[in-house]
Amino acid sequence: MIDRLFGDLTRAGLAALAAFVLLLLVLPGFATGYILSVTTIILYLAFVGQAWNLMLGFAGLLSIGHALFMGIGAYASAYLFARHGLPPIVGLIVGGGLAVAVGAAISALAFRFAIGGVYFALLTIAFAEFTRIMVDHARFLGGTEGLFLPVSAESRQGFDLFHLRGRPEMFYYVIMLLCLGAHALCRWLLTSRAGYYWRAVRDNPQAAEALGVNIFRYRMYAVMVSSGMAATAGVFYAFFYNNLFPEQIFSVERSIEMTLAPIVGGVGTLFGPIFGAFVLTPLGEVLTWAIEWLQHEEIIGKQVKVDGVKLLFWGIAVAAIVLLQPRGLWPWACKRLGLIRAPEDREEGR
Amino acid sequence: MSTLLDVAGVGKSFKGLRAVHDVSFQVSEKEIFALIGPNGAGKTTTFNLIAGAIRTDTGGIRFAGRDIVGLRPDQICDAGIGRTFQIVMPFPDLTVLENVMVGALHGETDVAAARRRALDCLALLELDTRRHVYAANLTLPDRKRLEVARALATRPRLLLLDEVMAGLRPTETDRMVAILKRLRAETGLTILLIEHVMRAVMALSDRVLVLHHGERIAEGTPEEVTADPAVLECYLGSAPV
Ligand SMILES: Nc1ncnc2c1ncn2[C@@H]1O[C@H](COP(=O)(O)OP(=O)(O)O)[C@@H](O)[C@H]1O
Ligand SMILES: [Mg+2]
Repeated sequence: MIDRLFGDLTRAGLAALAAFVLLLLVLPGFATGYILSVTTIILYLAFVGQAWNLMLGFAGLLSIGHALFMGIGAYASAYLFARHGLPPIVGLIVGGGLAVAVGAAISALAFRFAIGGVYFALLTIAFAEFTRIMVDHARFLGGTEGLFLPVSAESRQGFDLFHLRGRPEMFYYVIMLLCLGAHALCRWLLTSRAGYYWRAVRDNPQAAEALGVNIFRYRMYAVMVSSGMAATAGVFYAFFYNNLFPEQIFSVERSIEMTLAPIVGGVGTLFGPIFGAFVLTPLGEVLTWAIEWLQHEEIIGKQVKVDGVKLLFWGIAVAAIVLLQPRGLWPWACKRLGLIRAPEDREEGR
Repeated sequence: MSTLLDVAGVGKSFKGLRAVHDVSFQVSEKEIFALIGPNGAGKTTTFNLIAGAIRTDTGGIRFAGRDIVGLRPDQICDAGIGRTFQIVMPFPDLTVLENVMVGALHGETDVAAARRRALDCLALLELDTRRHVYAANLTLPDRKRLEVARALATRPRLLLLDEVMAGLRPTETDRMVAILKRLRAETGLTILLIEHVMRAVMALSDRVLVLHHGERIAEGTPEEVTADPAVLECYLGSAPV
């Protein structure tokens, strides 16, 4: 089992992965509140990045509307908690189920009518936008005024996993386990029949079909797993931030944000989305400090918006990656550091 | 011998161009049946019709007694027909072994078992030393062999081979002929092949069907069709027989 899941890693790669996991486990022991909150956001982006990567990187399906699935999970769990006092696990089941059903419906529509490539991506945006407008007008979800989760000063000190009310450390550990769990799930899926079929469909659907792959079904599976993961991220998001606004949750920026870490880290790789998140988010933080410092020193004016500069930076980062390392930073780093085995070094049947 | 594949009066037009017109033939179990004819004769189109890649305009196709018209390509594969593509279609970002494993996973959920089967198929096609190469980096003859290995891995009863010997050297052609003969002898595989390499057609086929302008002009043993005046006629100015 270990061999099957981690057979692609060299000894150095295995050691690096173990060290990484260990570091994540002990981090709250010495990290400042700021570091912990940044790492929580990194892990959140690494988690949704893996969900998105599963579709594009494994199955070749581009979604630019993944905020839809994340938002369904967020709104469903927030609504059930805020209005009916139901714990997030119920929200996860309902929201996750709903997101998977919506994902299946979009796939059925798209693949039945042979809507592929860029048109499929446009369809995902259309559904996200459509949902945003619906939620804008849904009174029971707070509409444009937002939906808020009850939170007390006292609950911020606790460690109530069942209701996801507690200290920052609790949220950190929850998203860390989700992120590592997603990584394990992706490894398992990629080395199972579904993984082989997905990559075949991604590389050449016509050839895959001739080899007995029901491409409609396997594409649909990919969308369903990915949307379920994104909805799980949404539940976390809702309970971490405690407030939801449709224009934030379902915005195109939110969908784009999910794509950055995997694109920079390496689409189609297992660790790329995690690596990408760990590279990009700290860079964004440094950028924020730099702008604030420049504004403080009155070198640049207050009219310069941090968010705008960040967007510009992400644009440049993605363009640079696509031009210089189109396969992403992670494969490049692996080669440099010798973390991944060449196919000929993975022994058969191990 | 019982009929495995029964093609009855199939036809297909592309925007008024009659690519295949009223073509009928039967392939018996364990037979090696060749489809020949000049370029543009409609051979590949006939394959695509059988494999479900394109829909027939007219006629019927039965496989093992079952009507397979209207089935999707993956359902045709399920039914027991494996195919190769004349314009090779490897999965470029998968290794040779992984390419063949996709085929071997047909009707097999155990990845380790599929890997063993894939290795067997690769050994048979003499591609085992290339198994860890990404398919994007293969030479054309190796890609042709990969097509065969991958289709074979799905455990077909009928194998459709579209010009898999094109580009092979004569010695390589002879090896491929030997492999296919061995396959038939050992596994009872039925083979329908499109081939321009007459050396292979003569050595392999029990029967040959000649197509020209989408129509059937002759059928018989290799010796019979190569002596047929109509066949010689259609090949004049084209590849010599
Ligand atoms: N998908 C297609 N669309 C339009 N025309 C096609 C298509 N496929 C084949 N044809 C045409 O049908 C005829 C038969 O082609 P084909 O079956 O590939 O011939 P062969 O394999 O015998 O060389 C040719 O004139 C070809 O241009
Ligand atoms: Mg052809």
